[in-house]
Amino acid sequence: MLIGVPAESKPGETRVAATPKTVGQLLGLGYDVVIERGAGSLASFSDEAYAAAGATVVDGAQAWASDLVLKVNAPDDAEIALLRPGSLLASLVSPALNPSLVSSLTAAGVTALAMDAVPRISRAQSLDVLSSMANIGGYRAVIEAAHEFGSLFTGQVTAAGKVPPAKVLVVGAGVAGLAAIGTASSLGAIVRAFDARAEVGEQVESMGAQFLRIDVEDEGPSATGYAKEMGEDFNAKAAALYAEQAKDVDIVITTALIPGRPAPRLLTEEMVASMKPGSVVVDMAAASGGNVAGSVADQLVTTANGVRIIGYTDLPGRLPTQASQLFGTNLVNLLKLLTPGKDGRVVLDLEDVVQRGMTVCRDGQTLWPPPPVQVSAAPPAAAAAPVAPKPEPKPRDPRRKYVLMALAAVLFALVAGGSPSDFLGHFTVFALAVIVGFYVISNVAHALHTPLMAETNAISGIILVGGLLQVDSDDAVVKVLALLAITVASINIFGGFAVTGRMLQMFRKD
Amino acid sequence: MTLNLVQAAYIVAAVLFVLSLAGLSKHESAKEGNAFGVTGMALALAATVWGVLDRSAHPLTTFLLIAVAMAVGGAIGLWRARVVEMTQMPELVAMLHSFVGLAAVLVGINSFLTEGDGADAVHSVEVFLGVFIGAVTFTGSIVAFLKLSARIKSSPLMLPARHWLNLAALVVSAGLLVWFVQSHSIIPLLVMTVIALAFGWHLVASIGGGDMPVVVSMLNSYSGWAAAAAGFMLGNDLLIVTGALVGSSGAILSYIMCTAMNRSFFSVIAGGFGQEVSVGDDKDYGEHRETIAADVAELLRDASTVVITPGYGMAVAQAQYPVAELTSQLRKKGVNVRFGIHPVAGRLPGHMNVLLAEAKVPYDIVLEMDEINGDLSDTDVVLVIGANDTVNPSAAEDPGSPIAGMPVLEVWKARNVVVFKRSMATGYAGVQNPLFFKENSQMLFGDAKERVEDIIKAL
Repeated sequence: MLIGVPAESKPGETRVAATPKTVGQLLGLGYDVVIERGAGSLASFSDEAYAAAGATVVDGAQAWASDLVLKVNAPDDAEIALLRPGSLLASLVSPALNPSLVSSLTAAGVTALAMDAVPRISRAQSLDVLSSMANIGGYRAVIEAAHEFGSLFTGQVTAAGKVPPAKVLVVGAGVAGLAAIGTASSLGAIVRAFDARAEVGEQVESMGAQFLRIDVEDEGPSATGYAKEMGEDFNAKAAALYAEQAKDVDIVITTALIPGRPAPRLLTEEMVASMKPGSVVVDMAAASGGNVAGSVADQLVTTANGVRIIGYTDLPGRLPTQASQLFGTNLVNLLKLLTPGKDGRVVLDLEDVVQRGMTVCRDGQTLWPPPPVQVSAAPPAAAAAPVAPKPEPKPRDPRRKYVLMALAAVLFALVAGGSPSDFLGHFTVFALAVIVGFYVISNVAHALHTPLMAETNAISGIILVGGLLQVDSDDAVVKVLALLAITVASINIFGGFAVTGRMLQMFRKD
Repeated sequence: MTLNLVQAAYIVAAVLFVLSLAGLSKHESAKEGNAFGVTGMALALAATVWGVLDRSAHPLTTFLLIAVAMAVGGAIGLWRARVVEMTQMPELVAMLHSFVGLAAVLVGINSFLTEGDGADAVHSVEVFLGVFIGAVTFTGSIVAFLKLSARIKSSPLMLPARHWLNLAALVVSAGLLVWFVQSHSIIPLLVMTVIALAFGWHLVASIGGGDMPVVVSMLNSYSGWAAAAAGFMLGNDLLIVTGALVGSSGAILSYIMCTAMNRSFFSVIAGGFGQEVSVGDDKDYGEHRETIAADVAELLRDASTVVITPGYGMAVAQAQYPVAELTSQLRKKGVNVRFGIHPVAGRLPGHMNVLLAEAKVPYDIVLEMDEINGDLSDTDVVLVIGANDTVNPSAAEDPGSPIAGMPVLEVWKARNVVVFKRSMATGYAGVQNPLFFKENSQMLFGDAKERVEDIIKAL
């Protein structure tokens, strides 16, 4: 089948749905690839590079008329008209926000797969563009903030005086938030983060930021793995937290998005007004209404008190080369899933939750919304049956131990009383050696168990001494048996020491 | 004069043996420890031979006999030690134990033959116990050897009323002891020897292959007690000291291992574990996901931390060399590669460490379970190479599982887990492993060695 990659028509879009590298992978799955002339120019991929990778460079209309069309953004009405009925389209769709787009795609008779509707299960991570784009978006948000910020991120003590480190607050610790946390802390800033989902605190801390907590009853993780809207009490406490932090930090990066809903308003005008002049706010949710009062989509706004609010919605597109590569790889992974035979033939399996979740429409039928998928991030709803507390084992009476010891001593004294005195001498040696053996071994390194065992085994070949003491007997039977004992014990001694030495030779340190 | 010198040599040898075991507790001093052991042994043997020749009527004949016997045994021992594959180390050690057991039996019977009639009760008891322990060690080690080298089936032998059989063997032996002490006849001694041989056989045969590390260590301990018993009957302090050292250190080692497996020491020794295993439960664990070597290579290339958890499967497939090669390649790329070793991985305690050391993996990146478990949640990729029960989440999650409560490597907390396995069959404990069906796990089927080599090629 033929894959077409048209150029993006959305103003300001720099990305492209395939790169020379992904073209090679698509060919490997058995497809032919055509790409519209100049489609990759803004992402620094030349037509020649595509041709060298094996794609055919064609006109736009030809690319649109392919069996499969790969795009970044959803097509507009004019572009939908170019699609062949029965063909397959994979791109961003936002089906929940664009019912009219869904209906026109349905009417066009195409099969549309929404790359932004991948269920959040581990298996589908490799094709989740929201995740891959959010990752570079979070990175770029910090870079944009650093660009507007009038000071350094990292603290320094120089001959010209001390540079204080920047304080960064990241709100929303999804993929974008975590990427922003990582980038900001690697630039040297003091990073704090907040998220309504208390369970992500660990991830935040693992990225090197301080996780801010508020004291509120846990409402539990949401069933979809994304954040959900929170209750009144929570919002009031969170607002107090933002107000307090706004006065302190230099940079705020907000990433709070709830799928299919307008973005929650996190920072009010008063909070922005309370920030220091020169502070920077990056509102990564500006496209869906904004987390910050005063943010304007795609613009940099400077408030009356000198706070800059960045509302760019094309943050991933500002890194077009890498963004295209990741988007393209997500598409390749989708096609791997759709091409089980690696023979260039698409098999759409609606029984598979991943494929079902992405499919918006097929053969003139609207399939949106899909049945809900329970993701692995959430613990099972049913609480484990309460475990009956085990009764504490009664502490043993310490006197019992002493009584037992005394009994053993008395018993031994009785036995010893009837034994020859040289037996007692030997027994003293025996008892002490047992105790020495016990303490010598108690803290052996685990890695040395085998050499140690081989060594003790070799040493236990000391039984050879027994054979030696008997070999001088005049009794022929005794002599033969003793010689046999000497032979087998020698195998043990020589073999045991040699193999221990061989093993120890191998242990080394870098 | 001679006697005093011999005694002095014995004392020095005993001290050297203690130093040897102490030295082997740490990497830094391990080689030195082995050297102490060899020196101590050489000293003890030289002193004994000298003492014997000094008293001997025909010193030359005796010396020649000893020299020939030791040369034959030594040659066999050195030859086995030289050619053994590191993966067969457990079998070799088990085999060597059986020689100590056999020697103890021979020495014990000899001791009876030389001074049988005039012996007092204490000496008779010593002879009897020495032969008994030696015989149990002898056959027990042979069974362990056969099981480890897969010459007989490793599943536990389940005779009806086997605990009663064991008990009967002990009671009958006790009865024979009384007879022996009173009659000084060789008959009860020989009957008991036969019973003890059968007892040792049955004792180890009824223990499953998964518990072999503990069994080998226990047999090590028995061989020590056998030597100590021989020391008592011969009135030789060196034998007593050395036997007691080996006996108690082997016992404590077995105990450490049982603790690591969260198992009762007694139930392992009595072969009780096998009966609780419930094989083949019908629970539906969902589907597993298969992957290919090229994808694993891709995964590894992008990872920054990798943990490898090897198991017996790595030993079987002889995959330690490719694994070491993979490790060094990844380390050159700046990937932080470490190994997580479960205390009972393999068929001998520390088995994996020996194999990895053989393949020249530096030991400071080979960590124990407790050291690595905390880091697994921050690990990008875990490669499970031929391990199964030691990475089974049901030990931690399912209280009804036969391995419940056993500490395991918590590999499922890592971002990605790749399981190298020949098939979906269960491990030694016969328990299904839910790890294979987790969403972050992928299965790479086939021979571990070939698969690892494929990954190296793809890298």
